[in-house]
Amino acid sequence: MPWVTIVWNDPVNLMSYVTYVFQTVFGYAKPKAEKLMLDVHHKGKAVVSSGAREAMERDAQTLHGYGLWATISHDS
Amino acid sequence: MAGFRRSADGATARFGAADAAIVRDLVGQVVELIGADERQGEAGAGLDDDAAGWPDDSAGDQPEDSAGVSADDLSAMIGLTENAELPDDPVLARLLPDAYRDDPEASAEFRRYTEQGLRSGKAAAARTVLATLPPGGGRVHLSEREAQAWLRALNDVRLALGVRLEVTEDFDGQVADMKPDDPRAVYVGVYQWLAFLQETLVEALS
Repeated sequence: MPWVTIVWNDPVNLMSYVTYVFQTVFGYAKPKAEKLMLDVHHKGKAVVSSGAREAMERDAQTLHGYGLWATISHDS
Repeated sequence: MAGFRRSADGATARFGAADAAIVRDLVGQVVELIGADERQGEAGAGLDDDAAGWPDDSAGDQPEDSAGVSADDLSAMIGLTENAELPDDPVLARLLPDAYRDDPEASAEFRRYTEQGLRSGKAAAARTVLATLPPGGGRVHLSEREAQAWLRALNDVRLALGVRLEVTEDFDGQVADMKPDDPRAVYVGVYQWLAFLQETLVEALS
C-alpha cells in the first residue's frame, strides 16, 4: 500500500526557502517546486512524495532537517 | 547590511559587530537547546566544516572507555534515543516534530531511531555558523556546503523565534497589535531581519 509524505504550512518558513528545499531534496525543477510550495501555502498542506513507507520516512527525516513540518501517512 | 550575495565558491556577506553578535547569540541558544551529544555531533555531522577559525564552547573529545561499552554508549553509537515523546518545550517540539499525525506509536518509533541524528545535524549546522562568523563581525566567505548549513541554522533560529513570538499567517497584524512593553517586541525586528538575511542567502544559492 503506497504511503505519502505531506508537508504542512508553517507561517515562519519563507516561500523561497520551501521552494529551494523541494528542489534540493527531491530534485524537482523550480516550476514544480514552486507549485508544490504554493499548494502547501494556500491549501495548508501538500503531498510531496509517495512510495514505500521506508522511503517516506527518509524523506520526512530529511525535510525535518530543513525545518519543514512533514508527516507520513497512507495514501488515501 | 546588504545581506548575502553569490560568490565564486558559494556566498559572501559583511556583518557589523552588532549583527554578528545577534546571530552568534541566537545560533548558540539553538545549539544549547538542541543539546546534541558531542560524539553524536561528530558521528552524524558530515556537513560540519572543520576549518574552524573561532574557538567555541563545545567540549573536547570524550575519552574512549577501552574496558567496554555501556548500554548508554551503545545507544549513543547506534543513535537510539530512549525518550520517544514530542518534547514539552514548544520550540524543541517544532524543531523535532512528530512524523505521524494520528499514530503516537509510529511517531515514537520514528523518533527513537531518528531524533539523535536530527539533533546532531542541526547542532552541526549551528556550529558551522559559529565557526565561520567572526565574533566581532567582518566579511564572511562561505563555501556552498557552509552556506547550506547557514541556511538550515538560520531557519532553525527563525522557527524558534516564531514559536516564542507565536507567529501566525497574519504576522503584520500581530506586530501592529503588539504593545510596546511586550517583552517579545524586541525580537520582532530581529525576526524580520533574519528573514531578510535568509532570503538573500536562498537567492545566493539559487
